[in-house]
Amino acid sequence: MLINDAQIEFKDFNFYYGKFHALKNINFKMARHKCTAFIGPSGCGKSTLLRTINRMYDLYPEQRADGQLLFDGRNLLGSDIDVSVLRAKIGMVFQKPTPFPMSIYDNIAFGVKLHEKLSSKDMDQRVEWALRKAALWEEVKDKLHQSGMSLSGGQQQRLCIARGIAVKPEVILLDEPTSALDPISTARIEELIDELKAEFTIVIVTHNMQQAARISDYTAYMYLGEMIEFGITDELFVKPKKKETEDYITGRFG
Amino acid sequence: MNLLARRKLVNKFALTLSLSAMVFGLFWLAWILWTVFELGLSGLSLALFTEMTPPPGAENGGLLNAIVGSLILVVLATFVGTPIGILTGVYLAEYGRHHWLGQTTRFINDLLLSAPSIVIGLFVYAVVVAQTGKFSAWSGVLALALIVLPVVVRTTENMLQLIPNTLREAAFALGAPKSVVISKVTLRAARAGVLTGVLLAVARIAGETAPLLFTALSNQFWTLNLNEPMANLPVTIFKFAMSPFTNWQDLAWAGVFLITMGVLVLNIIARVFLRAEKIN
Repeated sequence: MLINDAQIEFKDFNFYYGKFHALKNINFKMARHKCTAFIGPSGCGKSTLLRTINRMYDLYPEQRADGQLLFDGRNLLGSDIDVSVLRAKIGMVFQKPTPFPMSIYDNIAFGVKLHEKLSSKDMDQRVEWALRKAALWEEVKDKLHQSGMSLSGGQQQRLCIARGIAVKPEVILLDEPTSALDPISTARIEELIDELKAEFTIVIVTHNMQQAARISDYTAYMYLGEMIEFGITDELFVKPKKKETEDYITGRFG
Repeated sequence: MNLLARRKLVNKFALTLSLSAMVFGLFWLAWILWTVFELGLSGLSLALFTEMTPPPGAENGGLLNAIVGSLILVVLATFVGTPIGILTGVYLAEYGRHHWLGQTTRFINDLLLSAPSIVIGLFVYAVVVAQTGKFSAWSGVLALALIVLPVVVRTTENMLQLIPNTLREAAFALGAPKSVVISKVTLRAARAGVLTGVLLAVARIAGETAPLLFTALSNQFWTLNLNEPMANLPVTIFKFAMSPFTNWQDLAWAGVFLITMGVLVLNIIARVFLRAEKIN
């Protein structure tokens, strides 16, 4: 399978939780401005794989990676990488909405302030831009100074997406972003992801195979820390090459 | 007897036990409060807040010097103990959770937390009062700060541990350095709890007698000089209540009433803070 414009590439990548070998010899590429989905049963390592892309595992001393993880040709595993700068380029949204205990406005401005010095007028514009991109502006424009915790679950999750977008990243990582949301909020987030693809590379972990089929361009099926199959979503779901993939997506296993 | 009937009986028995335990506890508490109100309220007057502690048997007199002295000691001790306590709590929760230094600090802090306050009073007496050769308000501030410290450390650590790790990760994921994650996100999320801890620490030292007995001592006269012994409510109450003079005994009850009310108000404020934060 051909990926012309690869932004992220895993080469002979391995990951360990202490002695446990969690990801085994991962090799694949992710295309720029496309949506790549990781699917697989619980504990297969899909979230672990996602969390290596912004070096989230750095927070935990017993976790380590080896091999190569290339971002625009540069190895992210190197010690010369400034994770703060890296995380400005690669944003992340978590399973549960995580609004900070501050106003809606400050939630968005928080990340921007870390990396840029903006005048208050520019900051106002940036906050509005990010909230519009996350399809939240209309709902919150009159209460920007209320606490971010006062929003509904779906709104909180879009706030978290807006917060990530506001930093102007190149990649957005989504770790089961809709698993704690109701179907209507889920549909809104899925629409949003589709729109965001125009400007950002999206990587999403999901338990929901229909969701992967609906929103992603490429899908990776993982099992027990190995990448069993990776391909164009339409092909992988219609005509999987591996027996294990077929068993999983047809519901015979998992 | 069938299973269901036995369960109901056991349930009734356990409920009766726990209710009677509650009634037992509340009974004494209500009695204490009643006594404090009955004997303290009669001593309340304007003179209590405007006049100094009187000589034995005198007609009038108040507790002005003791009230002001107590306020000074408590406020200064809180200002000394709180920042150190919060910073230590942050270290324990965010940096040293699994480090040997953190675990040792936590253990020693727990010892300090349960140390009898008279031990702390004697300690400050030995290292400050005995060395400088005189009782002083400063040494009292130090002793009270040593009581504030472990309470604030413990509550700060506990409150920070309650903050879900995903909130920290979300801040890190935006590229925030650890110092910003702690000061802007986790400490902020835990602020109501931390503040409650500080208020409870203040309530605790407001009535401490033993540490002041060996440090700030007491003073019959008005003073704002921190190098001198300073009047304060707990020691004054102790001294006056032990005396055979009725005017002193009445003032002691009025002082008890003031401290009880102060602690009650602090606890109510702490609760209001916690509730306001929950609604948010």
